[in-house]
Amino acid sequence: MEAQTYESMEKKQVQSKTITGAEAVMESLLNEGVKLMFGYPGGAIMPVYDALYSYTDRLKHVLVRHEQGAVHAAQGFARVTGKVGVALVTSGPAATNAVTGIADAMIDSTPIVVISGQVGSHLLGTDAFQETDVIGITQPITKWNYQITRPEEIPWAMSRAFFIARSGRPGPVLLDITKDAQFGKLDYTYQKMTSIRSYTPLPIPDLSKIDEASHLINLSKKPLALIGQGVVLAGAEQELLAFLEKAGIPAAWTILGLSAMPTDHPLNVGMLGMHGNYGPNIKTNEADLILGIGMRFDDRVTGNVQRYATKAKVIHMEIDPAEINKIIHADVPILGNVKETLPLLTEKVSNNEHPEWIEEFNACMRIETERVIEKELFPETPLLTMGEVVRRVSEATDDDAIMVTDVGQHQMVATRYFKFKKTRSVVTSGGLGTMGFGLPAAIGAKMGMPDRHVCLIVGDGGYQMTIQELGTIFQEKVGVKIILLNNNFLGMVRQWQELFFDYRYASTEMVNPDFQTIAKGYYIPCAKVTERDNLDDAIKTMLETDGPYLLEVVVEKEGNVFPMVPSGAAVDEIRLE
Amino acid sequence: MKEEFTITVYSENRVGLLNQITTVFTRRHINIESLTTSESAINGIHKFTIVIYSTYDEIEKLVKQIEKRIDVLKAYWFTNDEIIYQEIALYKVPTKALLSGNEIEKLVRKYGAHILEMTEEYTIIEKTGHKTETQELYEMLDPYGLTQFTRSGRIAVNRSRKEPLNSYLKKLEEDRLKLAN
Ligand SMILES: Cc1ncc(C[n+]2csc(CCOP(=O)(O)OP(=O)(O)O)c2C)c(N)n1
Repeated sequence: MEAQTYESMEKKQVQSKTITGAEAVMESLLNEGVKLMFGYPGGAIMPVYDALYSYTDRLKHVLVRHEQGAVHAAQGFARVTGKVGVALVTSGPAATNAVTGIADAMIDSTPIVVISGQVGSHLLGTDAFQETDVIGITQPITKWNYQITRPEEIPWAMSRAFFIARSGRPGPVLLDITKDAQFGKLDYTYQKMTSIRSYTPLPIPDLSKIDEASHLINLSKKPLALIGQGVVLAGAEQELLAFLEKAGIPAAWTILGLSAMPTDHPLNVGMLGMHGNYGPNIKTNEADLILGIGMRFDDRVTGNVQRYATKAKVIHMEIDPAEINKIIHADVPILGNVKETLPLLTEKVSNNEHPEWIEEFNACMRIETERVIEKELFPETPLLTMGEVVRRVSEATDDDAIMVTDVGQHQMVATRYFKFKKTRSVVTSGGLGTMGFGLPAAIGAKMGMPDRHVCLIVGDGGYQMTIQELGTIFQEKVGVKIILLNNNFLGMVRQWQELFFDYRYASTEMVNPDFQTIAKGYYIPCAKVTERDNLDDAIKTMLETDGPYLLEVVVEKEGNVFPMVPSGAAVDEIRLE
Repeated sequence: MKEEFTITVYSENRVGLLNQITTVFTRRHINIESLTTSESAINGIHKFTIVIYSTYDEIEKLVKQIEKRIDVLKAYWFTNDEIIYQEIALYKVPTKALLSGNEIEKLVRKYGAHILEMTEEYTIIEKTGHKTETQELYEMLDPYGLTQFTRSGRIAVNRSRKEPLNSYLKKLEEDRLKLAN
């Protein structure tokens, strides 16, 4: 009798253990394979931080300098590793500071889990100290959010959070945990979630659509593939190349599709969008078939939708049913994961080549080179251009670095002139266009991929939006290479003022601090370049210096990014100057 | 061209779902004409019935955005001729108005309404029907000193035989088994 009781007790201990909610958060993170997270402590999350103290040998926590930085760092980590990024913040102002990052992750489909502390459940709705309705605030900008008020819910909610964040079309999940749920005890067991009744992450492909699509592809004389981040998120880079090479289809990438295939691949015809390449924009309206692969026809890509892809049938390969027909009507929608659907299509399409059609893209590239690229990369003026700096950095890393950008002219220039050999080499805020994203995202990227060079291209405006993260870089010795392109202007806005507001430079000129002194204050090695002759050596020194480095390059003040599709114009109205 | 559409949403019964669904509309500056919510015939599953003015093109997108929410099982949209729908209206009139002639009684008969409660002071009349009908009765009763009026949101069933969710849940289960094998 006794022995039996003992036995069953022992059995129970194997299955579960009694721990606090805060410890259950730690255990759940370990169960999900998390080794690194970014955060900032405070009152309502203190029990979790206290538990963390006993887990530091297994769970590394990086103390950022602002909660926005924690979320962007988690995004940077997620983007380069493909794993779920984790951020930990307290309630109230900390949670609201995290909002920008969450919105950014939502629109750019980045898998992150944000854990926020919340006041005790008995205080909910009383306007308690540092209480905000984080669930209400983040509802439209999360893939899922949930408030945990009982410790027993923690393992369930954590496994659900990670499953939702990483599956299907990835996205951010926020868990808001009341303080009493962190303190309370539970019998802990963890079960990884593999399905949710009301959620279909992976639509089952409709084979008849594959047939229809292959038929259109085989008939097409002028097909153009548009490559989005869906290819990278699915890990379908090989499948993409196999398809493109068999069908001989030229491919243009969106800003988030960058690095899904090598820059120098003969079928890669460049970037789409407002500041994309001339060829893919112009040829969109000459193509007889547009094949969107894991992309969502953002308005920066389509320009005026009424005059978009005017001669083309559209095939749209997409995992998210809500994207089908949202912007552009799809003649043949192919729902599903492109890792699964691309091979099905490859099997059906005929071996083909479109040499004349591809030659048209090459001809466009020659025009663009002569009228834009030459001037940007080999300027005759003494002042440095953003483009030449970016290209030099790229070349100095053998086109093998991870490029992180902030938002503005330098971002467009970086995406135009940096070159890529490996996938998951780009971290940039595409959908939200979040200034201040770059520096913290670069921290996350470097910590996720410590063996690769991580080069941040940043403007003097956006740099100052999250410049405090230099503190994180210093404390953690994160080897981020910061290339600050200083034009003493909010350049992108200034460009619009020049072109569309008659040179009325309202509040776009920046009176800047001495960025060298600031870097030195954080003990970060640094240099400033103003002359072309010194650029290559300075880049070399930067890359050869162990750990973080700031290379400030003074560039021409009023440079413009071209080509440009003015907003509201059609893609074929792209301007070269 | 905009017309009236009825959306029915089936969801898990979780805190905050109403907010998740309404933001799909508010975010796009779309007004909700009517909203009813309660537990559906299937245990643990909630049902929302929403009426909006929209176009065929837009309604399709809206329904997909609703379905995208994790805890939403399924959403369907219908034009008015695909469903049977009703609203309920309650009218409060002074009893003396009723007693001082037979006009109110005639209206009650004519509109297929009925009396729920009658006291010395007031009488409560109930009518179910479409908005135009309940509104018409409101206008007829108003001259008799109507003191309160209220109308519910729409509830609807579709003309096909089954609750569509039943077959959807069955399909989910089949897909799950297919994937498991
Ligand atoms: C948080 C935020 N605020 C404002 C903007 C609008 N905006 C877009 S680009 C830009 C200028 C960026 O200037 P800078 O960082 O110096 O980069 P540059 O364009 O000069 O390369 C501004 C203000 C934005 N994208 N994000």
